[in-house]
Amino acid sequence: MADTQIAEDQSSAETSTSKIVTLRIAKSNPEKDSVTKFESFQVSYERWTTVLDAILDVKKHLDHSVAVRYSCRQATCGSCGMKINGRPRLACFTKISELDSDVVTVEPMSNYPIVRDLVVDLEKMFDTHKEMKPFMVREDTEITPNSRELLQTPEQVEEYIQFANCIKCGLCNSACPTMATDSSFLGPQALAQAYRYVADSRDKGKNERLKIIDDSHGIWRCHFAGSCSQVCPKGVDPAMGIQMLRGYLLGFRK
Amino acid sequence: MRESIIMKIHYGTALGAVVLVAVHILYRITMMSFGDSLEYENVVANYKFIPYAIMLELILVLLSVHGFNGLRVILLELKQGKSYEKAVNYGCLASMAILIAYGSRTILMTSMGMT
Ligand code: HEM
Ligand code: SF4
Ligand code: FES
Repeated sequence: MADTQIAEDQSSAETSTSKIVTLRIAKSNPEKDSVTKFESFQVSYERWTTVLDAILDVKKHLDHSVAVRYSCRQATCGSCGMKINGRPRLACFTKISELDSDVVTVEPMSNYPIVRDLVVDLEKMFDTHKEMKPFMVREDTEITPNSRELLQTPEQVEEYIQFANCIKCGLCNSACPTMATDSSFLGPQALAQAYRYVADSRDKGKNERLKIIDDSHGIWRCHFAGSCSQVCPKGVDPAMGIQMLRGYLLGFRK
Repeated sequence: MRESIIMKIHYGTALGAVVLVAVHILYRITMMSFGDSLEYENVVANYKFIPYAIMLELILVLLSVHGFNGLRVILLELKQGKSYEKAVNYGCLASMAILIAYGSRTILMTSMGMT
């Protein structure tokens, strides 16, 4: 019985289920000119083929020049954010089959300067992230012989842990309508991280951070669109973080 | 001024305006038919009724502050730059003051019978 089971599995795996999709890749090089050309490629895919797999397939066999950034291939490093059929997504975390379309268009994320093709410059997001002091702020961080670990109850961890899942992929900033016009806006990524530390019971930097985000291009420039939370691949919900931070600034939360 | 204070004023003026504009509209439709309430004598009488004139003045202030701060927000998000932002901040503040002054002049003159 067990033998037949294995044989059946093998035979089904050998049956080809591959289909063909048209992959349209936006190609541009701002160093040369401001033209964006779309190039189309026919790529075969399986149920489990990701958009990143397909792009790398093109890069390997059809057009070596396609510029794409990736590393982990498992939604952990945050490198492969791009617009896939108009929506910011991680290419390694999006299967072609789930898009339900014969044509898949990949473009660089909006709201960032383009380096080349699908690669954008995330420097500004990393800068605003650093502005939020993304570390524990407290006096006693030096380890002494008497140091003890800082204990938290499960409830205290619950307050911020969701926000600690951010992988800095930048999809949220790319989906944000304020980011599209306000080049000085801190953005949902940074604001969500400000909340991540403010809500951590071990942290003492709340007032410093609240001062930084309470700026004419800070937290108040969010107008509750909620696009950031819709596109976040890690379930961070930056929009909720922003509303929680507003609670502190409006005096609803201590 | 801290942005949070400005936005508290923004939300506060919006809430205040909702209440006062509701009172204003209720006055207009409960006292007499809406058409009659727009007759010259009736409009002037409103201004001469001091508590009502004070309420109109309050609505003027609340919505001028709210509206011009809203405009400031829109303009700050539209374009960035040090001198531009300074111009927007002071320009909106000045326009707000001018509108309030002009509206107050109307309310004051009419309530004092200078028509
Ligand atoms: C009395 C009813 C009103 C309420 C409850 C109200 C409420 C609000 C709120 C909550 C915001 C902030 C929205 C955000 O931050 O995304 C806002 C913005 C704004 N309001 Fe009002 N408002 C009212 C009337 C008015 C009036 C009569 C004007 C025009 C004079 C006005 C002009 C603006 C402008 C220009 C903005 C900025 C646009 C924006 O931030 O989306 N509002 N209003
Ligand atoms: S909040 Fe979500 S979408 Fe934004 S950078 Fe972090 S992981 Fe990416
Ligand atoms: S390659 Fe690391 S998140 Fe996609």
